[in-house]
Amino acid sequence: MLDRVRFRRALPVLLPSVALGVMLIAIFSIQPSAMSYFGFTLLFKMAPPLILAALAQMLIILQGEIDLSNGAFVGLVTCIAAIFLKDDVALAFVILLAVMAAYVALGWLIHFRQLPSIIVSLGASFIWLGTAILFLPAPGGEIPDWLRTATAWKPPLLPLPIWIALIIAIVAHLVLMRSSFGVMLRAAGGNPRAVQKAGWSIAWLRVVVYGAAAVLLVLAGLMLAGLITSGDPNVAPSYTLLGIGAVILGGGAFIGGQVSPVGTVIGALTLSLAGSFLSFLQVPATWQIGAQGVILFLVLAGRVLVDDRRRA
Amino acid sequence: MAGAAPAFLSGDGLTKSYGAVKALSATDFRWARGEVIGLIGHNGAGKSTLINVLTGTVERSGGTLTLDGMPLSRWNAVAAQKAGLRCVFQELSLCPNLTAAENTRVLHRSLQGWGWHARATAAIRSALDTVFPGHGIPLDIAVAELPIGQRQMIEIARAFSETDMPVRGVILDEPTSSLGPEATRQLLDHVERAAQAGIACVLITHRLNEVLAVADRVVVMKDGAVASDFVNEGLTRSALLASMGTVEPAKRVQGALTSRGAELVRHDGKDAEDAVISLHAGEILGFAGLDGHGQRERLRTIFDTSVAKGAAIAFVAGDRVVEGVFPLWSIRENLIHRSLKQLSKAGFLSGGQGDALARIWFDKLGVRAPGIHVPLVSLSGGNQQKVLFARALASDAAVIILDDPMRGVDVGTKQEVYALIRAEAERGRAFIWYSTEIEELENCDRVLVFREGRAVTLLEGTEIEHNTIIDASFGTGKGAIHA
Repeated sequence: MLDRVRFRRALPVLLPSVALGVMLIAIFSIQPSAMSYFGFTLLFKMAPPLILAALAQMLIILQGEIDLSNGAFVGLVTCIAAIFLKDDVALAFVILLAVMAAYVALGWLIHFRQLPSIIVSLGASFIWLGTAILFLPAPGGEIPDWLRTATAWKPPLLPLPIWIALIIAIVAHLVLMRSSFGVMLRAAGGNPRAVQKAGWSIAWLRVVVYGAAAVLLVLAGLMLAGLITSGDPNVAPSYTLLGIGAVILGGGAFIGGQVSPVGTVIGALTLSLAGSFLSFLQVPATWQIGAQGVILFLVLAGRVLVDDRRRA
Repeated sequence: MAGAAPAFLSGDGLTKSYGAVKALSATDFRWARGEVIGLIGHNGAGKSTLINVLTGTVERSGGTLTLDGMPLSRWNAVAAQKAGLRCVFQELSLCPNLTAAENTRVLHRSLQGWGWHARATAAIRSALDTVFPGHGIPLDIAVAELPIGQRQMIEIARAFSETDMPVRGVILDEPTSSLGPEATRQLLDHVERAAQAGIACVLITHRLNEVLAVADRVVVMKDGAVASDFVNEGLTRSALLASMGTVEPAKRVQGALTSRGAELVRHDGKDAEDAVISLHAGEILGFAGLDGHGQRERLRTIFDTSVAKGAAIAFVAGDRVVEGVFPLWSIRENLIHRSLKQLSKAGFLSGGQGDALARIWFDKLGVRAPGIHVPLVSLSGGNQQKVLFARALASDAAVIILDDPMRGVDVGTKQEVYALIRAEAERGRAFIWYSTEIEELENCDRVLVFREGRAVTLLEGTEIEHNTIIDASFGTGKGAIHA
């Protein structure tokens, strides 16, 4: 019986892995040359920022809440990077710290006033977008060379996006699932009252969670700015929902306390591959967005089937 | 031991008010080192408030607290923990998504840094082995995956677990409500052992026999204050019940039913050793045996197959938080939810009839609440459970399944509900009643004892008695079934 329990626990990571594998095999059978260092680099080029944004979303979902401002915040970070980073690194970081503080303050407000995070973060998303447009009304600005070079770096052995995904997955797993502090973050999501009765401050744990999410979103924004070599307020609205999709695909649940960092990383890789997958299938560009939705739907339907099995 | 031992924790004139409501009024409480106190009283008598004040999870409105003879000014959960005070709360306070070891870490701040997991596992394992020898609980899977009895064992063991923080006093709020008889005995044994080692305990329970078995002193609470304080010498159940304001009911005259009504449920077992269940109108059939031996599964399949056949059947859940209540809905909405079909015409609900139905059963069960429109979550556990009963009884169901519904309900409420079940059975309803409290089964006409997933022994009439049920649970009593 125990082995079955353990197997069922492994299922959430298994499912997105299978989906990812199926898509990769389809791509390689159509275009064998994609199975190379260069091919992988291209296929997963845009994945790292999405992985980081998905992990930020995962931390919020872990607390039983949701962040609808995730994508708009990443867009704001790209704008700040495109305007300030080249000329004055110190100023850029001060501004980034200020918006991170604002993000954490909203998280604290949600906890302190017991507000519904879905409403607060929806409102926040317009604030981030509006601020970004004030900084940079149209896509543009300039990204410093060092950031561009960094995101285009070709490390040994594996392509950069794969290295990044691996390292992020391992670090996130160790911190959240293995460290004694990660236990507290999961505990606060699973049963906040029990944590409080054990003498911990939930407010403090929430501040840590929102702070960590803000750091991840800033990293995502900087990486994305390096990849698109400019700032754009509207570059990443899809991150919000793709991030939520990645968390759920990777075994997370909205009830709080139940997420998988490794599952989320694989989920984000899967969702970011869906676009390239459709191009390889030669789906016309006009059909691609709708078709991506269908893929997301199919994979999440698989998740529902797995959940039924888990409950049985 | 009372009086002679030096004081551990005491309170003088403790008060706690919520707005105009006084949950605790000028209560004195003495607790000596190594002393075992039984704390009893009806639901809403102020036991939980007293405990919350003592453990610092709720700030007192007035009065003084003294620890080891020193007056305390600042008192909160962290300070209480440092003083060696632990608490097992009535509603399970484990994190369901964490393992037993990880839940131990939540309690012990010192379990951090390298190797914390191994140390946490060792701490909880040794506590479990001490309190519940031979428990066989896996420590590396999320507690949500474990049956409720094992979760409660983990929570109790966690309260007794030791790292660098000492254990000096443990407060157990309804600790045995989900434990089987064997685990209950182990826990009571451990409480006695702990007391000898100088660890004081407060045992809050509705099971008076447990209190009488281990307590040095018994404190009775009523209406937010201590009503009586007994030294446990020659103390009897009836004396305690009298001081709580309840008279022990005369034992029901038992005997096999002479005439049976129509057969309402017939359910085959999964194989030849698993008894066929045949339930007739007017009958109360008990399910007994150690917790987790297939009773719940059987209840569920009976319910599911009856629903599939379109029979009028209702289910009263014991794990009310998970599968019973709609916490934010009002009492009325919770109560009439099983009767919506009868209350509606052309797809619209009749508000007046709904109110009337809700009010009848609200009064009949004596739910203690300001009215039928308050949200269910504002009620005490026992009163929530009453509403769940009312939901089933108000419906048109001829068969009602009770899944250990009396867990953590006070004696007075229990007696009221027992009488109601009896009365409803006499009016022709039939009940299948799973209970982990053996005394409760004496209200049944027949009792099926489960072992290893099968209904193996049938007891009738005078055979329904504590020892025969225990024997049958372990397979040492009469083996053959004669249904």
